[in-house]
This record gives sequence, C-alpha cells and structure tokens, in this order.
Amino acid sequence: MANMKMQKNPMPEQDPVLRAGNFDEVALGYSAEAAMDEAKRCLSCKNMPCRSGCPVSVRIPEFIAKVAEGDFEAAYQIVTSTNSLPAVCGRVCPQEKQCESKCVRGIKGESVGIGRLERFVADWHMANAEKKDPVVPASNGHRIAVVGSGPAGLTCAGDLRKLGYDVTVFEAFHKSGGVLVYGIPQFRLPKEIVAAEIENLQAMGVKIVNNAIVGKSETVDELFEDGFEAVFIGSGAGLPQFLHIPGENLLGVYSANELLTRVNLMKAYRDDYDTPIKHFHRVAVVGAGNVAMDAARVAKRLGAEHVFIAYRRGRDELPARKEEVEHAEAEGIEFQLLNNPTRILGGEDGHVTGIELQRQELGEPDAKGRRSPVPVPGSEWVLEVDTVVIAIGTSPNPLIRNTTHGLTFTRKGGIEADEGGKTAREGVFAGGDAVTGSATVILAMGAGKAGAKSIDEYIKSKK
Amino acid sequence: MYKVATKRFLNDAKTICLFEIEAPLIARHAQAGQFVIFRLDEQGERVPVSVAGYDREKGTVTVMVQAAGRTTRMLHTVEEGDYISDIVGPLGKATETDDLQKVCVVGGGVGCAIAYPIAKEMHEKGIEVTFIAGFRSADIVILKEELKAVSDKLIMCTDDGTYGEKGFTTVFLKNEIEANIAEGKPQFDRVIAIGPDIMMKFLADVTRPYGIKTIISLDPIMVDGTGMCGGCRVIVGGETKFACVDGPDFDAHQVDFDSLLKRAAFYKDEQDEAAKHICKITGGKRNG
Repeated sequence: MANMKMQKNPMPEQDPVLRAGNFDEVALGYSAEAAMDEAKRCLSCKNMPCRSGCPVSVRIPEFIAKVAEGDFEAAYQIVTSTNSLPAVCGRVCPQEKQCESKCVRGIKGESVGIGRLERFVADWHMANAEKKDPVVPASNGHRIAVVGSGPAGLTCAGDLRKLGYDVTVFEAFHKSGGVLVYGIPQFRLPKEIVAAEIENLQAMGVKIVNNAIVGKSETVDELFEDGFEAVFIGSGAGLPQFLHIPGENLLGVYSANELLTRVNLMKAYRDDYDTPIKHFHRVAVVGAGNVAMDAARVAKRLGAEHVFIAYRRGRDELPARKEEVEHAEAEGIEFQLLNNPTRILGGEDGHVTGIELQRQELGEPDAKGRRSPVPVPGSEWVLEVDTVVIAIGTSPNPLIRNTTHGLTFTRKGGIEADEGGKTAREGVFAGGDAVTGSATVILAMGAGKAGAKSIDEYIKSKK
Repeated sequence: MYKVATKRFLNDAKTICLFEIEAPLIARHAQAGQFVIFRLDEQGERVPVSVAGYDREKGTVTVMVQAAGRTTRMLHTVEEGDYISDIVGPLGKATETDDLQKVCVVGGGVGCAIAYPIAKEMHEKGIEVTFIAGFRSADIVILKEELKAVSDKLIMCTDDGTYGEKGFTTVFLKNEIEANIAEGKPQFDRVIAIGPDIMMKFLADVTRPYGIKTIISLDPIMVDGTGMCGGCRVIVGGETKFACVDGPDFDAHQVDFDSLLKRAAFYKDEQDEAAKHICKITGGKRNG
C-alpha cells in the first residue's frame, strides 16, 4: 500500500544560523527509515513519466521500489546502470524542473523526493557497501581522448570505459572535476564525494592527465597524431560574462568564477591554504541563478555582514533551483528583486563603495514566457557595498576555438554539434556547456552520455 | 609531480633563482613571451611566471623567479631533485617578432629574465637587438653573459651606479632613440619593455612622442590563466582585456596604467601578512 502523505519527507538540514558560518554540507540526507517511507510514496506508474524527465534516463521507479524494500545496494546498481555520478546528481540536479516535474504525485501535493532518494542511495553505497574493486572491462584497443573532467567529460569517459575503450581525460586544472570542484561550493556538494566518484572511474581504468590544457599544452591535431581515434570536447563554459557598465574594473569587483574558484578549488576559506581572499563586509551579487546563490552564500560564510542579490526580474522569474533560493533566504541573503545595476561606484583609492541600481517593472512575457523587466525612469538608488560579484553567466572558452581547425561555432561561441555530439570535424565530438553555453550539470552529463554512444558508433563504423 | 632538474641562483644577493623543471608537454610548445602557472603543494597558491627558456629535447621548461611573497620565497627553498606539485602551460600568446628589423629590449630587474628569451629569439632571427638592462644595484644583477650573447648592443645600468652605467633605463632608452636620429641611423621599429609596472609606464612615456610601437608584458593577479576567473582584467584602448588569454603582451601606449597599478596592489595587505608567517624551521615545507 502506497504511502499517501501529500508532502515529501522533510530533508534534515543544518541550522541556518549555524551553517551560515561554516562550509559543511547544508542538507544532511535521509535516514534509512525516512528513505523507505519516502520511497513508498511512489506509485510505480507503468509508463514512468519521471524517467522521461531525466536527461540520463535513470530507471527511477525501479530503483525506488528497491529502496522501499530496503535493498539499497540493488537500488544503487539500478541507478548507476545509467548514471555514473549519482551522489552528485542527487545533490545538484534541478529535479523540480526534471523528473519530479513529471511525477503524478505532484499533481495533488508534492512529488516524490526522487533527488533525495537518489542521493540517499549513493551515500548509502559509499558508506556501507563492501569495498569491491570495480569491474574493469578489458580494453578493446581503441584510444579515446576526453577534453575536460567536468560532468560531460567524466560521464563520457565512464560510459566509454564500460564499453571497453581506452580512455584518457585531459584536465586543465590541478584537480579533476571541472565545475564540480571549482564552481559548486563544499556546502552544497562536498568535494570528497566528487573525489570518490573520480577515484571510482580511475579504478575502472580511466586515465586522467591534469595540468593539460588542450589547445595550449597540446592541440586536437596532436591528440590524433598521438594515436587517439576520437576526441570528445567537454571543456565547459569557462569565460565569465560581465555587465559592461561603468566601474566594473574597480577593486572589489569579482566574477563569480573568481570568487568561487578561490574558495572552492583553492580553499581560500581555510587557514592552512595560501590562497588570499578579501575580508568583505557588504556584498552585492548580480544575477540570480544557481551560481549567484552559491556566490552569495560563500560570501556570507566568509563573514560578510550583509549579502544582497540584485536581480532585474521578480521572484517568480528566479532561475536558481528552488531549494537554493530557500536556503539562501534562510541564511539571511537579502534579495533586491526588480533592481538592475546601472553602474558601480568607487572611491579615490579605486575600491568599490557602492552599486547603483535602477528599479524595474515587469512587462510583457518574452519568447520563453518570462516577463521582461522594464526600467522605471529616475528610480536609480545606491546600495552601499564594498564588494560586487558578477554572476550573470559564462560563455564557452575560446581556447579550443582558436587552436582547432575544422570545427564550426555558434554565434555565441559554442561548438556546433548535433544531438549525439557530432561536430563538423570527423572524429571530434562535443557536449555540455562547450556546446550550449552555461547550463546544468545533468544536461552536460546527458551530452556526455550521448557523445559516448556516438563515439562507439563512429569507431564501429570505421572497422 | 614535476621534478626540478636544475636550480641555480642568478645573482650574488640570491634574490632571483633559475629553475629548470621537467614538464614535457609544456616544453613541446613553449614560446618566448608565454607563461606557466606553478603550485608548490596541495595548500599552495597558483602563481604565474614567465617562460625564461625551454629545451624541447630534454622536455624541460626554465623559469627565473624573484623571491617576493610567500610562495616565491618558499619556491626558493626547493632544491634540485625535489618535486613541485603542479606546473601548467604554456599560457598566453607568444611575443610577436615577425617583420621586425631593429628592436630595443628593455628589462628591469627580474624582467630581464622574461626579456632574455625574447631577445634571444629575435637575435637568432637576425633582428638587430639593443638590450637595456636595469637593476637597483650590483648585487642583484642577473644574466650578464647571456644578455651579451643575444644583443648587438648591451647597456647595463644600476640605479646606484654600482654596476655598469648609473641611472634609469628610461634615460638610456631616450639616449638610444635620440642617437639614432642624430646619427641618421634607422630608428627602432619596436621597443619591448618588461619590468615593474611603474617602469613600463615611464618607458611608454619615453617612446610615445617618437611614435615607436612599444610592447609590454603584464603579470596581473590571476587564478587559472585560461580566461576563467577574469581577475587579470586590464583596460587597453578603453576596452577590458584578459591578460591571460589576450596577452600577456599589450601595446604600452594603449594600457591604462592607473587601473593596472591599483589592481596589482589589491591583495597587498594579505600578501604581506602571509609572507610574515613562513615557518622558520622548515622554510615553509609542509609535507615532510
């Protein structure tokens, strides 16, 4: 008999006041009891609408049924048959826009907590499963290069290795994981979890070369010369966009990338690391996506007394995951909605003293159905801050564009690729933010998966 | 991990040290004017430093590093045969040397280490090189023989006159430009200046009235070196550029030095504080 409670089992969380002062994980995860209770809310719909909402097609009702039975290891095996990074996805996917948006239980009441269950299963496996060496498929002798060790690259590498390919991942940073390590903060995605997922891939035989910037340390041409038969480019969208308003080069204006990389990758929040970070007091974050929420919450944890989110649209238009917005609010992040920055003000020493905001009203919906902001003339006002963080998106890194011939590019600088990741150049495949511009972890993983499938077909067709 | 194949102090005061590091991927592609980023250990910062040389066959890259802050001081304690945790590159664009006939290269202090491979490359291409190397005093002078070997004319100067000529590089650059005019010789078709930001600013002022194109190499604060963090923003010709991917070389007459100087000092307090806390027993070595 299904559990007919209308609400999800609540996610245990660290107290908001406490957690705003530390970098430990906010959401603590379900207990076994809560997970089994939540799993029983699933109706096991035969047509599995939830699964169609998942970019990597996790067999959701099947794994949930195993959780309900208390067979957590079986559940884990079902999840990982299509998703190589479940502990990550369970934490950072926008489930409310994907699987959970299709859940029948969501029509009346809340959907099943699919993301929370996925996380539970992955965490349970990591903590309890007998440590077994993973199955290492025999090499089929075909070497594939993967550029970038973010979600697209890791997924592609894992899937190809499972098919027997000899896979080498090239990563520009000294640490692997891409946006999972430099972008998403510790309190949302502990780095130990990313490291464990990567170790697992390495144990399966995936090779990772760090400090290797394809396009600089070696080119795509050289990868082919070195004997790789296909290349998957998952180099992400590394380039920060700026507002192009006066004052953006004042001291104390950061890109979200810089702030987050200093803190997440370079551990500036820890005393035992050398990376410097400013001690700031009043911070304005411009933008309202997941990255903006991360930047705001990082700033708060670094000790800022006031952290503001400045966003030109309203509450209903906030693009971040719902949970991130709620967490940010609970931690005391102050939202200045319907406010668009017009310039950044600085003192004589070149340091930021404030940000000028112009109030907005919501106009007609745009092509995507989002109501566009309309400036209110003469409504400019100054918010006093000492730091401004720009978090309005990123664009694909031009390093590969500038050094690889035979590829074609979109107007926004992304690599042109079809749904399977095939580019204009034979043997070169691409996926993730490098193609689409900034999107989500799970979409990049979906693209990595599609790329692996296409590469497999390509290699087989060559034989 | 990357092995330090050679280590050698380059001056009496031991302020600048040469490290030859085994890094085949970098050695395969490095060109004069580019830079690398190194990291000493797990807790270390990522620090950009210019390529001072490379050996494609041995698979090594050479850097010459001045002890300035915490990390560079700790690097100076790394010995031959030791390993550093990371080095990545080559980053940035190589210095353009095409279509040049006669060039004046000006180096200030450790800037001479960066200017040296550029002068060497041009000298090998048959470009006439005048090299002006300026230092504060005799005890920190580097690369005396090397610079002589790659220049048609070498002027060494110190602020206090303890080595070579007495005076600043700006004065000697102006003299050379004026001498070309007075003696009816061809003028420099480029000046390449590398040194402290303030020196490059004044050198740009020297060449501006003569209309001689002047290229400077910048090393602003950065994290990744691949265009990701945007920390190395510099205003050139009114536009925001990223030194790591658009540079590090820029037209000195277009660079907004005021903003450059301010940005370079952004973390000064933190850096000064950090440099005070290097373990006196281990010299900063953290992992044994």
